[in-house]
Amino acid sequence: MSAAAEPHWVHARKEPTALARFFDNKAVLVIACLFPAVGLLTVFLTYPLGLGVFLAFTDTTIGRRGVWVGLENFQYLASDPIFWGAVFYSVFYTAVATVLKFALGLWLALLLNQHTPFKSLIRAIVLLPWITPTVLTAIAFWWIYDPQFSIISWVFVEALGWRTENFNFLGSEWPARFSLIAANVWRGIPFVAISLLAGLQTISPSLYEAALLDGATPWQRFRYITVPMLLPILAIVMTFSIIFTFTDFQLVYAITRGGPVNSTHILATLAFQRGIPGGQLGEGAAIAVAMIPFLVAATLFSYFALARRKWQQGEGND
Amino acid sequence: MASVAFRDVRKSFGSTHVLHGVSVEIPDGEFVVLVGPSGCGKSTLLRMLAGLENITGGEILIGGRVVNQVPPKDRDIAMVFQNYALYPHMTVRDNMAFSMKLAQAPKDVMEREVLRAARILGLEALLDRFPRQLSGGQRQRVAMGRAIVRNPQVFLFDEPLSNLDAKLRVHMRSEMKELHQRLRTTTVYVTHDQIEAMTMADTIVVMEHGHVRQAGPPLELYDRPANLFVAGFIGSPAMNLVEGAVTPDGFRCADGTLLPLPRHARPTPGTAVYGIRPEHFRLDPHGMPARVQVVEPMGSETQVVLRIGEVPVTGVFRERIAARPGDLLPVSPDLRLVHLFNKETGERIAPAMEETHA
Ligand SMILES: Nc1ncnc2c1ncn2[C@@H]1O[C@H](COP(=O)(O)OP(=O)(O)O)[C@@H](O)[C@H]1O
Ligand SMILES: [Mg+2]
Repeated sequence: MSAAAEPHWVHARKEPTALARFFDNKAVLVIACLFPAVGLLTVFLTYPLGLGVFLAFTDTTIGRRGVWVGLENFQYLASDPIFWGAVFYSVFYTAVATVLKFALGLWLALLLNQHTPFKSLIRAIVLLPWITPTVLTAIAFWWIYDPQFSIISWVFVEALGWRTENFNFLGSEWPARFSLIAANVWRGIPFVAISLLAGLQTISPSLYEAALLDGATPWQRFRYITVPMLLPILAIVMTFSIIFTFTDFQLVYAITRGGPVNSTHILATLAFQRGIPGGQLGEGAAIAVAMIPFLVAATLFSYFALARRKWQQGEGND
Repeated sequence: MASVAFRDVRKSFGSTHVLHGVSVEIPDGEFVVLVGPSGCGKSTLLRMLAGLENITGGEILIGGRVVNQVPPKDRDIAMVFQNYALYPHMTVRDNMAFSMKLAQAPKDVMEREVLRAARILGLEALLDRFPRQLSGGQRQRVAMGRAIVRNPQVFLFDEPLSNLDAKLRVHMRSEMKELHQRLRTTTVYVTHDQIEAMTMADTIVVMEHGHVRQAGPPLELYDRPANLFVAGFIGSPAMNLVEGAVTPDGFRCADGTLLPLPRHARPTPGTAVYGIRPEHFRLDPHGMPARVQVVEPMGSETQVVLRIGEVPVTGVFRERIAARPGDLLPVSPDLRLVHLFNKETGERIAPAMEETHA
């Protein structure tokens, strides 16, 4: 609106300095931005992983630099019944614990998603097993499973009088296996429950109202709305849960150390047992490397079977 | 099809009272629009009819049956939500067939009903798409399709057009009205937009703060608003409402300006509110001189903001106005269409105006 004769004020542009031009160069920027990430990954991820894989193909022991032996470690393990026992129990431990964690975790998440009194308090309590240090959990369970001082035995023998003798939780192989699974489930439920609760809360309440008007029973609302809407998150949580469980070490090692008679060794504890106390670094590394295919398979399964949902993508017509 | 009745319906959320005794009778097959400003309780009333909110007091009847204790699925109603609430993981076909699938209808019946609804709404080509792959208008139509396949006694709509752009809204408005004329299903439609209410309704129910302010056919509300709230809410641009007092000479505004009252009608003197719609001013060489403030030509008509004395009013004229801001334009209100309201209660001062029409 001002008179056209008035000259416009123009912001003076300074010529960029040589340094500024250098940092504006795309190639320099790319390298500068990538360097920290690549550096960290190399030092803290790739190097230990690479070293571990390398060791698996050597006969290194503690205190002696080994030589390249090719697949010898793996050939030896293939004929080792203790290794196959650990493979079996790793899979069994992971499968049973995962199923239980998801069944109970989903149930808990559904409960917490209702309007219950003291909701935030209950949520805080649910998180407790998760924030407890694993070793503390292990010690607690070790005590709970103790042949003499077990509280469970006390309840059944002294308080209820239903049994005459104490339980022997960790003394024989199957009770020991299930006892470890119970401890793992107790510890893992909060992660599953809280993650699934977050997933449940992203489901719009009006979908349930629409289903209610469409005549859906509570079970049908769960089956046709909750489950399909939760599946993508379920897949991710399950992938993580499987990886955590399969690679679990602390709980098992602290409670049973793989016993009795190697019946509760999982691959991680066996690898440690052979590698560090046993001194056979190469063999321990080979056991650890043997875990990789299982983890890759579990990840691919949950990613492809559960996570990819066509309705989530804005794809064109069929 | 069925009639619907609200009898002294009340609702509170804890100690917050949202509805204070709403009574409305809706005859079978009618298209009723609940309209009112945001937060007045329209959605709450609709959700109570659907069975999604419990009823604090009073009775709701569908087809003569009290449904207070009837669960939503047995009320035989279908609802279109404001956000459509389409199941994102189901195709359009499955979305529409869901209610029949739950009722375990035979496959061929399901397919037939879905196709019937799809044909009515022009959705045949979209049946295999997911909601995410549809535009806003198409989603709105799928939500209607999901309601239509149910063949319900009553359709409920909660602001179904408010997420659409202006042009599509006008289009869907006439499409929905046509649909109602075809299906003749009793419909309760909630909106905050009085134009939607005026254009679509057989009966408009105007609500404010949980009270029904007036119910009736659109033109009756327009011609004879029962109170100040309805007078100001219905009609666009809004009715001019001027405070002042009735005197033997006419209506005297606060600043002394005198507005004419109908000659035969002499309501009892006293303070009142004078109402005149913008379109009921006409250009009149013998009228009151009004100073032009703003001229807004719209092609078919011209909207002018005027000042009569110190009183600001809006006028809408069919003529094209050449006047510029500051000019004087002689105008006069159509005396047959002047409204008077009680200033305290806001109620229409009825007897005076009745005489005018006689
Ligand atoms: N679940 C609820 N809890 C408490 N107050 C509510 C709830 N739902 C609605 N209200 C209140 O009731 C009033 C009416 O809401 P609503 O029926 O949604 O209005 P609208 O006419 O805009 O659809 C509002 O003041 C709102 O804050
Ligand atoms: Mg609303």
